[in-house]
Amino acid sequence: MSKPKHDPLSKQFDENSQIEVKNTTCYMCACRCGIRVTLRDGEVRYIQGNPDHPLNKGVICAKGSSGIMKQYSPARLTRPLLRKPGSDRGANDFEEISWDKAFEIMTDRMSHLRGTDPKKLALFTGRDQMQALTGLFAKQYGTPNYAAHGGFCSVNMAAGMIYTIGGSFWEFGGPDLERAKLFVMIGTAEDHHSNPLKMEISKFKRQGGKFISINPVRTGYSAIADEWIPIKPGTDGALFLALTNEIIRQGLFDREFLRQYSNAPELVNMDESSSEHGMFVRFEIPHDEGCFDPQNKLWWDREQNKAVPNYTKGADPYFLGEYQLEDGTPVKPSFQLLVDRVKKYTAEWASGITGIPAETIVRLAHEMGITARDEKIELPIPWTDCWGVEHEVVTGNPVAFHAMRGLAAHSNGFHAIRAMSILMSLLGTIDRPGGFRHKAPFPRPIPPCAKPPNDSRAVQPNTPLDGMPLGWPADPDDLFVNDDGSPVRIDKAFSWEFPLSVHGMMQNAVTNAWRGDPYKIDTLMLFMANVAWNSSMNTSGVREMLNDRDENGEYKIPFIIVADAFQSETVAFADLVLPDTTYLERHDAMSLLDRPISEYSGPADSVRIPVVPPTGDCRPFQDVIVELGSRLNLPAFTNADGSAKFQNYKDFVVKYETSPGSGIGFLAGWRGPDGDEYIKGEPNPNQWQMYEKNNCVFHYELPKSYQYMRNWNQGYLEWAKRHALLRYTDPINIHIYSEVLQQFRLAAQGKTDGRQPPDHLRKRVEKHFDPLPFYEKPLEALQSDLEKYPLNAITQRPMAMYHSWDSQNAWLRQIHTYNFLNVNTKTAKEAGIEDGAWMWVESMHGKVRCLCRHSEAVEPGTVWTWNAIGKASGAWALDGDANEAKQGFLLNHLISEELPPSADGDHLSNSDPVTGQAGWFDVQVRIYPVAEGEEQVSSPQFDTIGPVPGQMIERKPSRWLTYFAGRRGAS
Amino acid sequence: MKQLALVIDLNVCVGCHACVTSCKEWNTSGTAGYMADMNPYAKDPTGTFFNRVQTFEVGQFPATETVHFPKSCLHCEDPPCVPVCPTGASYKRESDGIVLVDSEKCIGCNYCSWACPYGARELDEHQKIMKKCTLCVDRIYDESLPENERKPACVMACPAEARIFGDISDPDSEVSSAIRESGGYQLMPEWGTKPANHYLPRRKASITIHEDELVRSDNPLKKEHQLPMPDDDDPTFDEITSW
Repeated sequence: MSKPKHDPLSKQFDENSQIEVKNTTCYMCACRCGIRVTLRDGEVRYIQGNPDHPLNKGVICAKGSSGIMKQYSPARLTRPLLRKPGSDRGANDFEEISWDKAFEIMTDRMSHLRGTDPKKLALFTGRDQMQALTGLFAKQYGTPNYAAHGGFCSVNMAAGMIYTIGGSFWEFGGPDLERAKLFVMIGTAEDHHSNPLKMEISKFKRQGGKFISINPVRTGYSAIADEWIPIKPGTDGALFLALTNEIIRQGLFDREFLRQYSNAPELVNMDESSSEHGMFVRFEIPHDEGCFDPQNKLWWDREQNKAVPNYTKGADPYFLGEYQLEDGTPVKPSFQLLVDRVKKYTAEWASGITGIPAETIVRLAHEMGITARDEKIELPIPWTDCWGVEHEVVTGNPVAFHAMRGLAAHSNGFHAIRAMSILMSLLGTIDRPGGFRHKAPFPRPIPPCAKPPNDSRAVQPNTPLDGMPLGWPADPDDLFVNDDGSPVRIDKAFSWEFPLSVHGMMQNAVTNAWRGDPYKIDTLMLFMANVAWNSSMNTSGVREMLNDRDENGEYKIPFIIVADAFQSETVAFADLVLPDTTYLERHDAMSLLDRPISEYSGPADSVRIPVVPPTGDCRPFQDVIVELGSRLNLPAFTNADGSAKFQNYKDFVVKYETSPGSGIGFLAGWRGPDGDEYIKGEPNPNQWQMYEKNNCVFHYELPKSYQYMRNWNQGYLEWAKRHALLRYTDPINIHIYSEVLQQFRLAAQGKTDGRQPPDHLRKRVEKHFDPLPFYEKPLEALQSDLEKYPLNAITQRPMAMYHSWDSQNAWLRQIHTYNFLNVNTKTAKEAGIEDGAWMWVESMHGKVRCLCRHSEAVEPGTVWTWNAIGKASGAWALDGDANEAKQGFLLNHLISEELPPSADGDHLSNSDPVTGQAGWFDVQVRIYPVAEGEEQVSSPQFDTIGPVPGQMIERKPSRWLTYFAGRRGAS
Repeated sequence: MKQLALVIDLNVCVGCHACVTSCKEWNTSGTAGYMADMNPYAKDPTGTFFNRVQTFEVGQFPATETVHFPKSCLHCEDPPCVPVCPTGASYKRESDGIVLVDSEKCIGCNYCSWACPYGARELDEHQKIMKKCTLCVDRIYDESLPENERKPACVMACPAEARIFGDISDPDSEVSSAIRESGGYQLMPEWGTKPANHYLPRRKASITIHEDELVRSDNPLKKEHQLPMPDDDDPTFDEITSW
């Protein structure tokens, strides 16, 4: 018998191999797990989860394990490219140029713009997680036209929660499944923090907790839910309001929690004639107004039956009732206003909207309320609150929630998420064991202190922007508008159309720039943003806009720069292409100044350190930004003598301080000359080495007594102030009732002296800036013919591709090669569409031909598909007839970035009127079978594009791929 | 006799495919590699995998279950793929019960894959030899690896810890106790193959609420004088009877 190959001792092929093992951080999705990369003869042999990493503790996912195929993808760009003169955008006709030439082109163009009108440069980035750097560049350049992809993704989640509880899901907080007894996940949320969430849900289930999934579709994590509650898309707000109604009706709210930690008992001015109508009554005006909530409001004390300053010792406020102050002002506790609001939102009412039986809604409310009340956790952790009261224990009400895009991607999502945050607060679950827990640098004041500029004069030639490109408006004075109230930004963020668009509105950048509304720009710079495909709504239209010319034959968007590592659909539309590296080829910092990987137990940040050299002429986009910054003489990147301050991003990360001597830089760990300081400290030249030695991660574990109740935890808040995370140590009280919103409403009502919205937006602002959540159908549903388009269409990411940046990968594409439209069997049969048949799905904006899959795991009024599986023919180095292009499809063609124009031709984004969140889960559709003899191919189709010069096309085997690390092309 | 196996917990598997590609990644460049991919960037891509996840629906809306079902060689105690092999390439190790294929003896005749009732064997279309799960035999005994990493790649990867690895012949092992305590079962036991791999079924948690638990004496509505109380002029016994 010959020696079996699988004998572990027969490792002959390894004997002469050079094996290296290096740690870095994954970037196959947004999770940022620690990875350990084994190289054989310089080639990536094995990527595993780093067992010593706090985030993933050794596990990895399907994408992370397929990183090899990304590194060696034939879609890799390797040379800077310039569109050939005379060729059309979209035709993919490029010539290779040098980096010197590329920088020369950019520097010439961009320095001219900076010296004349900096807002003519717009920089929009995709899911990059390097906003600390790109935001700094935009600010230094002086353009207000900068944002990442949050307007698409989940700004409603960020804004809805942060404007209510001072923190939000994912990077800034999450469900404490270690201690929870009931876990409710609403809508698609699997993408966010996917590996940690998988780990936690598994442990939670094994501990015997009950997992309820409320989702139109049962897939992903919902599959293992103990109970699946199907719901109609965009109706989550109705459900939360009905649950709130029942919880209040039964007295299942945590009164003590709300009394101490929220504005529920504070008295609201009910005098409609007053300019203070709907505002809290204040007993004094603070001397020093800052970015915090002064405790100058009133309670109505039960003992004395009169108004007293809030937090008066020994006082106990009424939550309900109507009172009159001594000066005759009628007042109500804000909780009474909530009760008044939810009165009409009964379970029966919500049932008709959500499709959930009323008795299920009532039971759900009781399960939440009783679990929160009767399963209380007490941890023997002493802590001191902001009022100086010492507590012997930390208490928890073990009901945890999680939600992300499923709630967020609706134009009524902000109020739905406010309603969810209020429900979570009523149950007493905020930053407590078993409920929601914050992650540093959150909680932050409501709203956080950073503000966008509030004056068009903040934009000046050759001058950094006076303010942050993105921020958190607290009142109309914080809006970024011209003197006439019109938007300053190209995406109209922070204007009266979308006042709290705290993540910007990337979804409208191309359309607005094309139309020249509010003005024309010159250069659109895109990084990792596939706007000609899945990062746009109205994809077909956006592709035309990118290629559209004015009457003089000039492009309406004169110059487009695309930085990407791969030959995406958008590369074809670029004038200048900058080849980015992969995550395995560069330095990166996942900074506390951006979206870090903090844990509930304390702040954490992490880095990438290259494990292989850059391919071809690829350059990390960060290096490009740092170099461009110094070539453009931007102050943060340039010495007084005009020389470059930093060699590259690696150098920048170590040396940069937010202001001279601030001690705050991109990385929090091992600061100070000896590396023994953290968060704040002098730059440490050995910082990279320290991260390298420590699994590429810094994690500061807070003392146990600082790990909970952080909105009101004196020890934590003082620690956070000492370490520059916060400016104030004042309590961050929960805004059950939002005075911030009410201020915008008062302005819209003309009751204030300050800024007021233009007349045509008054009603819209007045309605949507309701200080308490309300339910209304999404905007698209209000404007669609629902008889004609009765179904909702939504997307999810497949389990193997959660939150992946891109999905062309030799291994992953075998798992999901093309997508079907999943239709409830009954719905499909009624429409006469067979399982596996070609069909049409049509909205008022367009139609798509696709394949049908009958499913019992979707509610009958919803159709859905995997997002971003469909590709344009020839993109991503796939053959023109690849299944992704011919059978796969993109739902985005059906979704509009704008609402139908108004009678006078005004265009409004199809976005939440509060936050500017793209309403891309709002589309209403109908379905019907294809006609006999129709082509069996997905529609729309686009001309096949070929590879670009320098593309790693030699990596593209014609028929067989036999990857074997260290032995390139084993076959 | 020692029998290594995987116990797969369907109660926590979310179908993420981490096990699928981590397996491919380890094995394509390992002793069992390569694992060829046909048409990797063209129409109809296919390739060799030792482990696949099938997702299917059970029941009718709204009582639908979505099941993610990872499947690889089950390392049967009585493997039908072994006796049918004309060259002796297919064999079961006495030392640990792992079923393997000796690639030098395999002639790619496919008999073993036809004999396997579970469809667990895949012919590598490029090399024309049979390839299958080895339980990462080149990891689990490798003393150069830290002890806690001497596990199959899929087990290391699985974020949900849905894959438990161990010796099912040892009653004290984690796998044996999981099978015993969580209703572990074998696939198609009626075939008499005695698959070593087991599956743990879905287990449902529920909350029981008794009506009388709804209102407690410390109900906060009491402080607002809001607990339901009939009006003074509502009918009572007093108007109805005099005893």
